[in-house]
Formats: sequence, structure tokens, C-alpha cells
Amino acid sequence: MRVSVIEFHLDAHSGVAPYLQLIHQVRQALRLGLLSEGDQLPTVRDVVGRLAINPNTVLKAYRELEYEGLVAARPGLGTFVTGTLGDGSPAAIAPLRRELQRWLGKARRAGLDEESIEALLLTTFRSTAEGEEEIA
Amino acid sequence: MTAVLKAQGLGKRYRRRWALTDCTLDIPAGQVVGLVGPNGAGKTTLLHIAAGLLQPTAGTIEVLGTRPPATSAQLARVGFVAQDAPTYRGLTVAEHLHLGASLNPGWDAAMASDRIESLGLDPRQRAGKLSGGQRAQLALTVALAKRPELLLLDEPVASLDPLARREFLQGLMQAVVDQRLSVVLSSHLVADLERVCDYLIVLVASRVQVAGEVEHLLATHHLLTGPRRNPARLPEGQHVISASHTDRQTTLTVRTDAPIHDPAWVVSPIGLEDLVLAYMSRTAAAASRPELEVQR
Amino acid sequence: MIWLTWRQFRTQTVTAAGLLAVLAIAFAVTGPQLVHLYDTTVVPCHVQHDCPFAVGAFQSQDSFLQDLVRLVMLAAPALIGIFWGAPLIAHELEAGTQRLAWMQSVTRFRWLAVKLSLAGLASMAVAGLLSLMVTWWFSPFDRVGPGGRLDPGVFSDRGIVPVGYAAFAFALGVTAGLLIHRTVPAMAVTIAVFAAVETVFALRVRFHLIPPVRLDSALNMQWVTETGTGGPAGPGSFFVGITPNLPGAWIGSSHVTTAAGSISLGRTPAACGPNAAYSACTATIARMHLREVLVYQPASRFWAFQWYETAIYLALAFALAGFCVWWVRRRVS
Repeated sequence: MRVSVIEFHLDAHSGVAPYLQLIHQVRQALRLGLLSEGDQLPTVRDVVGRLAINPNTVLKAYRELEYEGLVAARPGLGTFVTGTLGDGSPAAIAPLRRELQRWLGKARRAGLDEESIEALLLTTFRSTAEGEEEIA
Repeated sequence: MTAVLKAQGLGKRYRRRWALTDCTLDIPAGQVVGLVGPNGAGKTTLLHIAAGLLQPTAGTIEVLGTRPPATSAQLARVGFVAQDAPTYRGLTVAEHLHLGASLNPGWDAAMASDRIESLGLDPRQRAGKLSGGQRAQLALTVALAKRPELLLLDEPVASLDPLARREFLQGLMQAVVDQRLSVVLSSHLVADLERVCDYLIVLVASRVQVAGEVEHLLATHHLLTGPRRNPARLPEGQHVISASHTDRQTTLTVRTDAPIHDPAWVVSPIGLEDLVLAYMSRTAAAASRPELEVQR
Repeated sequence: MIWLTWRQFRTQTVTAAGLLAVLAIAFAVTGPQLVHLYDTTVVPCHVQHDCPFAVGAFQSQDSFLQDLVRLVMLAAPALIGIFWGAPLIAHELEAGTQRLAWMQSVTRFRWLAVKLSLAGLASMAVAGLLSLMVTWWFSPFDRVGPGGRLDPGVFSDRGIVPVGYAAFAFALGVTAGLLIHRTVPAMAVTIAVFAAVETVFALRVRFHLIPPVRLDSALNMQWVTETGTGGPAGPGSFFVGITPNLPGAWIGSSHVTTAAGSISLGRTPAACGPNAAYSACTATIARMHLREVLVYQPASRFWAFQWYETAIYLALAFALAGFCVWWVRRRVS
């Protein structure tokens, strides 16, 4: 029996529609290399059994992902990953994650709390992106 | 898609009081329908009529294409778990399953015992000794194991603790997937329904205030904030559901299909709970005017 | 449905069976002895010239058991009505479990019909067995008298009428439970109505089920048991009391009348006044050519009465059952 690679969670108060949250989590998993081609997504039954949400929500998310070319539904077998996302290969991600963890350790030791770290990350990310756009 | 429940001008009167007035509904199959409204709004009455336990006083109703249960074949297609999940206190869990097996030709004994086992219920335990959540699960098992096409649930999780509530809904959703079930469940709390329902009926003061697919309802209802204004002056096509005013500011909940062009308004989306509250808080006079049904 | 009915009635059935068994044992232990005693003391009492003594002694045998059994027979149909009938529907409505039962794939008609049939038949069987045992055990006493089996106090406890009573009380209980929706009040109503119906029927209706025999003949001097002054005809008039020798008959009314048919016999003759001699009074009465007018039911009609009454009670029971089925299908939620 195949065990699903990822588990979904739902934030009921985020204001984001549940099916969008599911799509987002699949995309994120694909980006981070947690899901690769051939992996099976959790069955609709398993998802609703854990999250207690409407099956149509899950179906809608999976249909959307299929439309984007990321997954394919195989009748009787399940829904499987067929595409990839992002340019970073899984091999490149691991060292980047380690570096990021080191940086985070430094930031904490420098005395930054969680909100400050988050603000620093986001502003730097945005200004760098704008800077790149200007250059490009 | 065939309709799982069709009502036309349905009404039910007890002595002087009308528990249900002029209800017109057209609920499609394959959905989980939430029936929400304050206590005494008529939810239980509507469900009892749909289940065939009550005769309507006025209007007509069709469930799965026929008038509510006249024959045992029809009874086999509709499952019902009444409020407080009635079970026989003196009968054990296993005896409840035996009851179901002996009274339902379409009984799925394997599914029933699997479900009981996975829920951790002791078959020899008397139903009177079970906790509220366990009794609700037992009643749900008995209703599901006869493999109905439509399942009606009257406030199934109202008296359950949060964990029992979650487990009940988990099991219910799994059954919806397994059996391709249509469900109508009622509650006076919207939070219970938000996760699981894709179709909503709001029942207030014995009348249907609004009914439609949740997505459609969320797309067509908006929260408008702006400078103080008389809500009666809004253009055609924008129906004010509720309004509140301060000295300077007016906040309206509005239903409309068309986009809102007036730049004075700040338009924001509205959550399902606030939408229902807006309908529930209408004055008695407004609530008793028949509301247009919102179709998908 | 059969399984469910049995399961819901298990306790009541077992209790009833237990009580029947206890009674059967008591009867089995004492019954043959009673028969033996009857054969040895009462049957030959005419030969031994001690009938009043032998009969009296026999009648007081096992008197505790006699009284207990009379009480059981009096209470049994009512108990069946309140413990088998009243809870049948009322219990479901009280607990709200009809919302579970009526959503199974059985129509309400079948649900109630099976329950009524099984529990009703069981009621009748219990009553029938009870009556069988009691009729057998009491038969020596019934033969001894003084009254016969048509006597109202005895008739209800014998033969097949207990079956009719049980069926009627059961149906009454079910109906009360259905209309009142609560078990305990339904029990109270069942007892009250059943007692009223049974009393009225026994005292007023039963005698007239078969047109009674009317006997109008010359006074049989052997039947005269007392004379006096006063009585039904008036304070000063002559009174002659008779005890007809019709073994086992159920006397409706008995009068002594004049030859012309009048109840008033005139003034008490001197020969029958106070301190009168027995033979002189007898001779005087004989010369008055009095007549006796009796309205009675002969003992031989016992079984006819049993069948008629049972049929009537069964018909009532079926009518109530039919009403319940009709009502449940149309009205109850």
C-alpha cells in the first residue's frame, strides 16, 4: 500500500479559500522537492478524512492542478504528479536551506525576534526583486 | 443533475403557529447542503417532512423524485439522524447493527462492522452507556450502512465536544466519498458547516431567506462601507440584507449580481458566517417577506 | 421486525413466563392432593351424612392459594395491559426512538402490525395458559359450590374469557400510549378504563347476552327458606323467601307472587307470625296458591356465555388495534 508523500493542513481563518490552500501546498511541496514526478497525492478520501472538508473542494483543487499540468488523475489508481515547478533542482535546494538556517541562527544571536526577522526577510526580498526588475 | 429535494410553497402549521412558511427549494444531488438558522426557525420541521416523519400542511415536497416515504423502497433511499442521535438505550451496539440488518434489505454489514471497529466502539456496550459522541457515531453508522442516496442530519454535532465533532465530520465526509452521498445537515452554528458544505440554505422565522451554492453566495454578497447614506437609495439590483449606521458611516451587506460602480463605497468580500448573520439579523418584518431564491 | 419485537419484549416475556412457572409448580404440588381429598371426603359425603362439614372443610383447603389465585386472575389482564400494551408505542415516543425505528426500511404499518400481532398473541397465550391452569386447579372447588361457574366472581377467572380480557387490555394499553405519548399516564388510563368496562360488562351486560329462562310455576314448597314481614312489597306485607334448587344457575331475579301474579302478598297470616309453628305456616302458604317467578341462566349455558363474551372482547381489541394502525400511519410524528 502506497503511503502518501505529503499531508495537507487547513487554516480556517486565513481568509484564503480551502481549495486554493491545497493548491498552494502542492505547489510549495513541488518547489521544495518534497514531491517529485510519479509521487501520488493523498486520495480524496484520505484528505477529507483528515481535514473534514467537502470532497468537492479537494476535487476542485486537483482539477486545477491537472489543468496547470502539474498532476494527472488516473482512474481507479489516484492522482499522480506529472510536472515540476521552479527552476531550482532538489540538489540545489538543500545547501541553500542549510545556508538559510545558518543565517537565521546568526540573526537570532544578534538579538532579532521573529517579527523583525520576518520583516527583514520580506523587505529585502521585495527590494531585491524590484532592483532586479529595474536592471532587467 | 437531478434534484435531491424539491419543495414548492411548503408549509407546516402546529395549532396556531406556522413552523414553516412558503418554502420553495431545489437542491441538486451530489452536494453537502447546510441548513442554518436560529433555534425554532423550522430546520427540524423541514428535515422531518423530508424524512417522511411529518406531513406538510401546505405545499408539496419531493425527495429523490417521490413524495416522502410512502413505501419501504423509498425509506431505503433516505437516511435520517434526528437531533440527539436517538438510539435504544437498552440495546448494545451489536444489537443496533442487527436491528439495521434485519430491517433494511440493502444493509452493508461489512461496512457497518468495519466502521464500528475503526471507531473503537465495543459491540457489547449498551447504547445508553456510550458518550454523546459515540452515540452520534453509532446513529450515523446505522443510517449509513443501509446505503441511502440522501442523508439528513438534524444538528448532528450540536452537543458534541470539539474532538467528537471533528471526528464525526471526518467520518461523514469519508462516507460522502465512499457512497456518493448527498447530505443535508442542519445547525445553528455556521462554523460547523463552513468546512463541509458547498450549498447553503438560510432559514429564519420559518422562511427560506436565501439558498444557493456557497461559492455563488460568497461571490454575490458584499460588504459595503462608506459615508452615511440611506440604504433605500441604492440602485436597482442591489438588495440590502442588513444595514448599520454610525453618525458618519454606513455599513451595508448587499446582494447583487452586477459589479458595484459607486466610488463612494469600499467594497469588501464577506465571510460565510457574517453573511448568515446578516440574514439572521434582519428585522422581523423584513424576514417575513419572501426572499428570492438564489440558483446556482 | 420479529427479532426487534422479541428483543424489546424480552424482559416482559421472561417475567411472565417465570410467574407462570411459579404458579404451575404451586398448582402441580397442591392440585392432585385436592382432587384426592375431594374424592375421599366430598364425594362420599352423602353416604356418611356429613356433607355440610365435609364441604366446609374442603372449601377452606389451601385458602391462601385460593385467594392469591383470585387476585392474580383479577389483576392479570390489567397487568398485561399496562406492562405489555402501554409501553409498546408510548415508550418509543417518550424516548424519541420512533425517529430511528421509522427511518428503517419498514413501513409504519408493518412496524406496528408485527408488534401488535406478536405481543398481542403472547398476551393471549399467557392469559390462556393461566386460565387453563386455574380452571383445572379450581374445578373441585367449583363442583362443591355454593355458586356455580356462572357466578360473576368466578366466571371471569375461568375458561376462555381471560384471553379476551387480556387482548382487550393489551389493545387498550397500546391505544392509550399512542394517544397520550407517555407511558405512566397511559398505564393509569388503561387500568381505569379496563376496570370500568369489565365491571359494567359483568354487572349489566353479560346476563342479557342470551335471553334468560323465565320460570313461572306453582311455588315449590321445598324451596321456601324463610318467611317474614316486610320486604320488597312494603313494610307491612307478607314476605316469602325462596332458594331455588338450580345447581350452578345464575339467578337474575326471583319473586314469589300471588296466583294472579302480584308481588304484594297481603298481610302476614297469623299462622306465620312471630312464634308461629313451622308446619302451620307451611300449610297456610300451601293454601295461598302462591307462584314463583324466576329469571335465570342455567348452568349449562356457561360455555355459550364464555364464547359470546370472549368474542365481544376480542372484537373490541381488534377494533382498537385497527384504530392504532390507522392513527400511526396518518398522524404521529
